[in-house]
Formats: sequence, structure tokens, C-alpha cells
Amino acid sequence: MTLINYEFQKELISKGKREDGRGLNEFRELVIEIGKIDNANGSARVKLGNTEVLAGVKFSVGTPYPDSPDEGMFMVNMELNPLSSPDYEAGPPKPEAIEISRVVDRAIRESKTLDFKDLSIVKGEAAWMCSIDIYPINADGNLYDAAVIAAYLALKDAKFPELDEDNKPLHETRTKKGLKLNNIPMMVSFAKIGDSLIVDPTRREEKIMEDRIHIGTIDNGNICAMQKGGLKPLTNDELSEAVDTAIAKGKDLRKLLKKL
Amino acid sequence: MAGKSSEPMMVKGKRLDGRKTNEMRPMKIKMGVVPQAVGSAEFSMGKTTVVAAVYGPKEVHPRHMMIPDRALIRVKYDMLPFSTTDRIRPGPNRRSREISKVMSSALEAAVYTKKYPGTVIDIFVQITNANAGTRTAAINAASAALAHAGIEMRDLVCSVAAGKADGTVMLDLFQPEDNFGEADLPVAMMPNSEGITLIQMDGDLTKKEFDESMKLVTEAMPILYELQKKGLINGEASFEGGKVK
Repeated sequence: MTLINYEFQKELISKGKREDGRGLNEFRELVIEIGKIDNANGSARVKLGNTEVLAGVKFSVGTPYPDSPDEGMFMVNMELNPLSSPDYEAGPPKPEAIEISRVVDRAIRESKTLDFKDLSIVKGEAAWMCSIDIYPINADGNLYDAAVIAAYLALKDAKFPELDEDNKPLHETRTKKGLKLNNIPMMVSFAKIGDSLIVDPTRREEKIMEDRIHIGTIDNGNICAMQKGGLKPLTNDELSEAVDTAIAKGKDLRKLLKKL
Repeated sequence: MAGKSSEPMMVKGKRLDGRKTNEMRPMKIKMGVVPQAVGSAEFSMGKTTVVAAVYGPKEVHPRHMMIPDRALIRVKYDMLPFSTTDRIRPGPNRRSREISKVMSSALEAAVYTKKYPGTVIDIFVQITNANAGTRTAAINAASAALAHAGIEMRDLVCSVAAGKADGTVMLDLFQPEDNFGEADLPVAMMPNSEGITLIQMDGDLTKKEFDESMKLVTEAMPILYELQKKGLINGEASFEGGKVK
């Protein structure tokens, strides 16, 4: 990013405008495609403008944790793979990738979208392990929000495989039984540039942001997850405004998702 | 090879998915699916789907891998955890490292590497759904992505496997044939010079069966070449019912 572009973007945003012509609180176009990965139990491909992510759900059977013998397990893994952006390198997951995996995990877990008791097979002995893997195809900013939508849609698409007598999954034979989803978790991410907060930042905007905040909400407008990621402090007013926007935008996105 | 299946692989001269022995699965190619890369392509062969992206030529990191007189061609082949029947652990393993290595040689043969001395051309390939033939699909996607990136090449690299299932030599094995077949022979070629740039084999083939397999592969090359070429010109292309569109 050149210094001249940095100054240019900053000035534009201070006037309430953005490089790509969007308003400060405007999302990019959302395009979804569900269930195209044959071998996954559930899958979704989500495009948010030029940002594109692919999420897949896999079910396996494991032993439940001793402290929750009648509940299944759930895991979100997201990689910042070098295929999707010149900014990412090959190698073991870096702190950035671990953070995004954990924030997406939290948004879905805490939204109570899944009732983990539904994943139990035999109390204390066997339970479903639901793994969601999320891979960017093109990382042009705001992977967080795209990842949450992709993860939710992949869960919605997921169908359990058949079990044999020993409770081993038979991946070749799929049942029609899916997961009961009790909520639609939505995440809205903000970048702070100058004194402005903008939603759904692009990669170029993320390069010049001084701070970022991710806010997850559920159907009834409550907040289920939050993460601040930058160095610059936020004021109480800014935060409160961001939460209001996240709730409103979450509602819009849910409505949009039901239409798509 | 994994052993015999209880059901036959050939019924009345047709394969389980209705193909003839010398017929490839339907294919699709789409260019530019990763706008942030220099070049990219998405390719599918039946239910095997792959995305490839090319970054470079650019400075080499780590520095000691730099080759003063030519470009380093570096391939990273990766299977996504949900691309197979059982979830696979993310990250590289021995299989993916080997495939990455043979793929980089197979593709390097076609690149004018001396035109880009001291640089690296990174090729990332992700298998999004695996149904046999992932390395051949990966090579087709990577070759098209290299050309899409404007890298100077002497030819495209086209790839397909032949093999033997139920005693019959056939082209482009899909999952059941790969699982229960007797041999698998992935080949990559530069069709205009008929140069073989990748060949691997596992299983059991007589010399006659091997010759037959190579004949099937060689005859399929013009179709793969045409598909990549049409894809590069029109942005996307497909192969179905014996025709490239």
C-alpha cells in the first residue's frame, strides 16, 4: 500500500465515502452456493464482494468429554492459506489464523445455534464430533463475516452419515437427518480508520485500519461474541454505536439470507 | 491397490458410470477464480474439483532457495479436510509433499524459467473434492493458471490417468475403479511436443497393458489441451458428450 493511497483513503472515509463507492455502513454483495462438495457432509461457498470462502462440515464419532458425557463435540478450523492472498504464507497456522478460527467458533458456539445434546449417541461412550473447516478462495478483506455465514450455511446443509452396529460412521450411506439449528448467528466486523468505523472492510481498507472489532449477534438482537483486534483504543460511544450497527446489520443479513 | 470389489467394474462393455474404456469424465474449467492471484483456475473432472492459483514471479523467500539463472517453480498441493470421505488433518503430509514435488517438475518442464532468473513462481493447488485423479486434475488447473498468469511457456501441460480395473485397461479412473482397481498410471504431457513430464504408477500391468494405457492417455491429450486453450480464451470451457465447448 502506497503512502499516497493511504492518505487518499483516509480522507475519503473522513468524508463518509469509500474507494469502492460504498457507504460506511454498507456491505458488499452477498452470493451463496450450498452443498457443492460431494464428500463433505455439508458445505457452502460464500462470496462477499471479492472475498470468497468455502466451508465444509465433517462428522466423525468420538468419546464425549468427561465433564459433558451427554454432549457432542464441535470444532471450527480456519486456515489463511497462501492460495487466497499474497499476504499469507505456507506453514503452520499463525496467530492471525488461530484468532479467526476461535472467534468464528465462539460466534457459533455461544449463539446456541447447535444444541450439543443433539450430537450425543450413547451417553458417556459415543458422540458426534462436528468439524467445520473454512478455507478462503480469495481473501479480499472481512473473512470473519463471510466465514460465519459460510459455517452457518454448511451446518444447515449438513446430513448425518449412517452408523453401523459399533457406532462407526458409514460415509457412503447418508441419512436425510440434519442438524437442528436454533439460531442464525451473524457477525459484523468494523475497521476503524481515522475517527470513522466502517463495516465489511476490503483488504485495502484492512491494510490502513488502526483498529478492528467483530461483533456477533443472534436472532433476538442479543450479542453472542465480540473481539477487538487492533492497537488503537475505542471510546465507549464508538463501541456502543458499533454494537447498534452490528445488531441492525445482523438483522438485514438474516433477512437477506432467507431470501437467497 | 486396495483389493477386489464384490461387484464387477465392467458391465456389458460399460463402466459403472456408463463410460466407455477410452472415455474421460465430464470436465469444466473456469479462469480467474482467485482475483488476487496473478493467475488462477478452477477445474473439475467428474466429482474431483480443484482450485489453483499462481503468485509470482517474485522475490524468493527463504533466500537460500534462490536459483541465480532461472526461476524456482514451487508447488503446494493440499487436500482440504472435508474433500475426502473421512476428514483428513489439515496441513502437509508425506503424500501431499511427494505430489507437490512431482507436480513442480511436471510443470517446470513447460515454463521458460530462464526468463525469470532469481525469482520464484508459487503455485498453490487445493483439492476441494476428491474422487480419484486429484493430481492429474491439479496439473491441468495449475498449467492453465500459469498461462493465465502470463508466464511464458513452451506448451501447456495436460494430465490424465489410465489404469486397470477388473482386468480391463481404462482411462480416467473414478473412485470405485481407483479403490478396487489393479493399477493406476497418472501421466502428464506437453501435447505439442509429446513430451512426458510426469509419470507415476502403482499396481500391476503387463507390458501390453502398459502400452494400451499409454495409448489411451496419449489419445486423450488433444481434448485436455483444447479444454485448457478454450478456457484461457473464453474464460471458461467444458467437456461433455465427447465435445469441448
